[in-house]
Amino acid sequence: MRLKLKIWRQGGKYKGEFVNYELPDVNPDMSFLEMLDVLNEQLVAQREEPVAFEHDCREGICGTCSLVIDGRPHGPMQGTTTCQVHMRHYHEGDTIVIEPFRAKAFPVIKDLVVDRSAFDRIIQAGGYISVNTGQAQDANAIPVEKEKASKAFDSAACIGCGACVAACPNASAMLFTSAKVSHLTLLPQGQVERHKRVLGMVAQMDKEGFGRCSNVQACEAECPKEISVSNIARMNREFLAASLASEQE
Amino acid sequence: MGGLWVDYELMTTIPGLYACGEANFSDHGANRLGASALMQGLADGYFVLPYTIGSYLSKEISTGAISTNTPEFEKAEKDVLERIQQLTSIQGKQSVESFHRRLGKIMWDQCGMARNAEGLKQAIQDIRNLRKEYWSDVFVPGSTTEYNPELEKAWRVADFLELGELMCEDALNREESCGGHFREEHQTEKGEAKRDDDKFMYVAAWEWKGEDSKAELHKEPLMYEEVKVAQRSYE
Ligand code: SF4
Ligand code: FES
Repeated sequence: MRLKLKIWRQGGKYKGEFVNYELPDVNPDMSFLEMLDVLNEQLVAQREEPVAFEHDCREGICGTCSLVIDGRPHGPMQGTTTCQVHMRHYHEGDTIVIEPFRAKAFPVIKDLVVDRSAFDRIIQAGGYISVNTGQAQDANAIPVEKEKASKAFDSAACIGCGACVAACPNASAMLFTSAKVSHLTLLPQGQVERHKRVLGMVAQMDKEGFGRCSNVQACEAECPKEISVSNIARMNREFLAASLASEQE
Repeated sequence: MGGLWVDYELMTTIPGLYACGEANFSDHGANRLGASALMQGLADGYFVLPYTIGSYLSKEISTGAISTNTPEFEKAEKDVLERIQQLTSIQGKQSVESFHRRLGKIMWDQCGMARNAEGLKQAIQDIRNLRKEYWSDVFVPGSTTEYNPELEKAWRVADFLELGELMCEDALNREESCGGHFREEHQTEKGEAKRDDDKFMYVAAWEWKGEDSKAELHKEPLMYEEVKVAQRSYE
């Protein structure tokens, strides 16, 4: 199948612009990233610089791949990452527009690669449990209600890709941060640092320049792990409780 | 398949550098398959590293920033810059990817699960030629002062070209079949792996002797006191 690509290029000889490419023979069994590999081989053969894009596991678990494809972070399908999109979803003659995840807090490094280390700093601001929770086997000795365990697990499914930020008109990182806060706060091991965690992570989120949440809910719609916006509601409650508690101290 | 030497804390011979999971030789020896490699990853990650890395760091925590104004740093930096310069100045006609594929094909054909002396000798020759071609005709596009994934790949493939040859050398040297190494010349009548414990009860540690010289073999003997080593049998 013949495809046209319109790709954002930035760095090297490009100041930041869309460049048009054509691929004459795309195999429908290729993944989206393999299609880009083929484009890059074609570019290198023409002595052009290949398009920089991020990838690692290529099976939807690491959160490294990104890309806004035809206006949608991680492409057209529900609950999938870019690396899980296959070319069989496209048709002969289609034009595909490919952009990086755009947000002030995610500066472009090159072409489609953005710096998502702001997420790491949010995690460093509280996304951990540092109190001693015993040896690995002690985990079995602390009972966790099934309902809570399932909720914590659902929140823990966040792979930290940043699609929620790219989808949000405010470039807010609330879905990501709230998933991480929820995951730890729902579990007994997370109780000791409960208040400190949410205050620290929210403060860092603001400091990085992410926007505020105005309940658009585009994040949930585009999240490849279908993280629910109810995490945001939980984080707001946690934040309020922690703020009240800290003022009392 | 792993094999890096580590101490009981999973630290390699380089202080502060830990090797965990499939990369080390710790619990199952240097050569193991599938599930035992998985177990190694789980055991290291859950039970060992959370304690041992912390214990290393606890001594480091008071170490201040390390100065880069040392001859060691300057030498390392110079070496890296030279290597980058060397790779990018070739400006040849073939892509990094094409070399990676050709190397992969040689390895797949001659150094897969089943290998034989003739094929391995051929592979060594082919890889040497490919390496020469690489260093005279590879094309690395892009700049050296900004993010350049193609340069990173070029560096890795240069390493693979050395490591691939060494894997063939090692497979050629080991005149027996064991674990994931099946030499077609050494099999039982029923097609099972035939060991030669008199000659090969050792771990082969190869020392790199520079770009075009042969690696030197150091034999680390395997000594068993309680376990009796035997042929694996699926019957
Ligand atoms: S919440 Fe969803 S979209 Fe946001 S970082 Fe996590 S997995 Fe990605
Ligand atoms: S490359 Fe790992 S999730 Fe896509």
